[in-house]
Amino acid sequence: MRIAIVDESASRAAVIRDGLAALENCEIFVLTERHGLVAEIGRIDPDVVLMDLGNPSRDVLEEYFAVSRALARPIAMFVDQSDGESIAASIDAGVSAYVVDGLAAHRVHSVMDLAVRRFNAFARLQADLAAAHGRLAERETIDKAKRILMRTRGLPEPEVYAEMRRTAMSQGKRIADIADAIVTAHQLMGGK
Amino acid sequence: MGLELTIGFLPLVDACLPILAHEHGFAEEEGLSLRLVRDMSWATVLDRLLYGHSDAAHMIAPLAIAATLGRGRPAQPLSVPFVLGLNGNAVTMRPELADRVAPIGRLGDPAEIGAALRDVAAARLGAGRPLRFGVVHRYSSHNYMLRYWLAACGIRPGRDVEIATIPPPFCADALEAGEVDAICVGEPWNSVAVERGVGRIVLATAQIWRRGVEKVLALREPMLDEKRDEVERLIRAMCRAGRHFVDPANWDANAAILARAEYLDGDAALIKRAISDRLLLARAGDGQEGQIVHYPDFMFQYREAANFPWVSQAEWLYTQMVRWEGGGFDSADAAKAARVFRPDVYRAALIGTDEPLPGASSKVEGSLRQKTAVGSQQGRIILEGNSFFDGMVFDPADLQGYLAKCD
Repeated sequence: MRIAIVDESASRAAVIRDGLAALENCEIFVLTERHGLVAEIGRIDPDVVLMDLGNPSRDVLEEYFAVSRALARPIAMFVDQSDGESIAASIDAGVSAYVVDGLAAHRVHSVMDLAVRRFNAFARLQADLAAAHGRLAERETIDKAKRILMRTRGLPEPEVYAEMRRTAMSQGKRIADIADAIVTAHQLMGGK
Repeated sequence: MGLELTIGFLPLVDACLPILAHEHGFAEEEGLSLRLVRDMSWATVLDRLLYGHSDAAHMIAPLAIAATLGRGRPAQPLSVPFVLGLNGNAVTMRPELADRVAPIGRLGDPAEIGAALRDVAAARLGAGRPLRFGVVHRYSSHNYMLRYWLAACGIRPGRDVEIATIPPPFCADALEAGEVDAICVGEPWNSVAVERGVGRIVLATAQIWRRGVEKVLALREPMLDEKRDEVERLIRAMCRAGRHFVDPANWDANAAILARAEYLDGDAALIKRAISDRLLLARAGDGQEGQIVHYPDFMFQYREAANFPWVSQAEWLYTQMVRWEGGGFDSADAAKAARVFRPDVYRAALIGTDEPLPGASSKVEGSLRQKTAVGSQQGRIILEGNSFFDGMVFDPADLQGYLAKCD
C-alpha cells in the first residue's frame, strides 16, 4: 500500500511517518512542498493520502481527485467507506484522508487509527512545548521585575522576591502576573 | 447559561457579518454568544460543519448546494437561512494580459474585454499554451460567474481555456509565477496581487451579474431545527452588523477589527478599500498612476434586502452546476437545491423588526434594468438593476428552458 503524507509541517510529517512505519507492506511518501503538489501526487499514485486539516491546499487536492483522469484509480474522501465515529476522531485529531476506491475497510482503519494517534501525540507535544516556552517567558519577566524593584527601592534580591510573593498571595494572583504588572507599569512610567 | 453558536469561516472580507455581530455586541444583545473558528480551506470549513465542530459556517453558496446533493462528499442536507453578501469578487489578470484586453484606469465593459480575450485565448490555444484561470473552488460563485462571462463571450471553459483551483492566499503567488494568467477571487486577495505589482484588476464580478449571490450562512438541516432559536437571534444580530458595516462612519473601525490576526490577519487599508467599494486597479508606476476606482456595486452586504435567501438564486446556482458538470438536469435535485435556501427562517427571525421583508420568495433574476419598488410583507424595498451583462433573464419557473438557452 502506498501512503502519501501531505503536511507543510515537516516535523509533524516525520512524526506521522514514524508511526506508520509499523505497518507492514507499506511504502510511505512525505510531501511538505506546496508547489507541484498535485503533479507529485500524480507521480506517486498513492492508495491513501493523509493531509492535515489546516492545509490550505485541501481544496486544490480535492478538485484534482474530482476531475483528474491522470490517476488510474478514483480517489474519494475516506468518508465514503468509513463509519461516522472514526471520521469524527480523525477530524478531532486534525487529519483528513483520501482513499482509492476498493481498498479494504480494515486496512483503511488500521492506517487511520495510527495516523489519528500520531496526530494527537504531535498536538500534545506542541502543547507541552508551548507551555515550556510560556514558563521560560514568565521566568524572564519575573527576573526583570526583580531587577526593577532592586534598582528603584534599593532592596536585596531575596527581599524583593518575598515582597512580590506576598503581594501575589494577598491579591490571589500568580507571581508571574504581579511581575508582568510591575514591568508594564515601569515601561509606562518611561523606564527601560 | 447563555445560548451559543460556533461559526466556521475563511479569512475573507465577506466573513464580516458574524465577526462584527460578535465584536460589536449585537449577538450578545440577542442573548447569544458566538465562537468563531478560522480555517484555511473550504474543505475544512465544510468538514467541521458536517462533523459537528461548528454549528454554522461562512460558505460559498454553491458548496452548500453541492453538499446537499452529495457531490464530493456523502450527501447531507444543508440549509441557508441568510445570505452573507452579494458579489465582492474581481477578475485580476497578469499585467501583460490585462494590457492586451482591458482599458487602463477604469473598469472596462465585460463584453468588450471578453471579445479581446477571445482572440488571445484562441492564439494561446493554437500555440499549445491555453490561457489558465484560477478560481477559489469548483463549487464557488467565482467559478460560475467566470464561466458565465467567458461562455457568453464565446470562450468555452475547459475547451478554449483552463480553469484551476487556487486557494485565495496563494492567488498572488500563482499570478507572479505564471501558474495562471488570471484569477477570480474575493477581497483582499485581488488588491494583494495589485499591490505586489503582479496583477491588474480588470472586472468586478458585479459587472457580470449585478446582484449575484456570493457567501451564505450554512447549517446542517437537523442543526437548524435543533438550534432554531439561536439561528433566529443570529440573523437579527447579523442584520444589525450589516447596517453598521455599510455606514461610512464605521469603515475604519470595522476594517481594523477584520484585519486582526484572529480574523483576516491582513492589511486594514486594503480591507477598508473593499468595504468602501473602492478598487486600486493597478499599482502606480511605468508611467501609470495608481488610480482608485469607486464602484458602488462592488460588494453588497446589507442594502436591498441583500441577505434575503431568494430561492431563485439557489436554483440559478443549480442550473450552473448542471451546465458545467454535466450529468443532466434532474428535477428531484433541482427541488433539493431550491430547498437549501430558507426564506421562511429569515422571515420568522425578522418579522416585527424594522428590517424590510420581500413579499415573494423567488424572483425572475436579471430582469430589472432600473430601480423598482417590489412588493413587501414588511417595510419598503426598492431593488436596483440586477441584470446579467449579456441581458439574459433567469426565470425560475423554467429551469430547463433556461439551460437550453445557455449554450
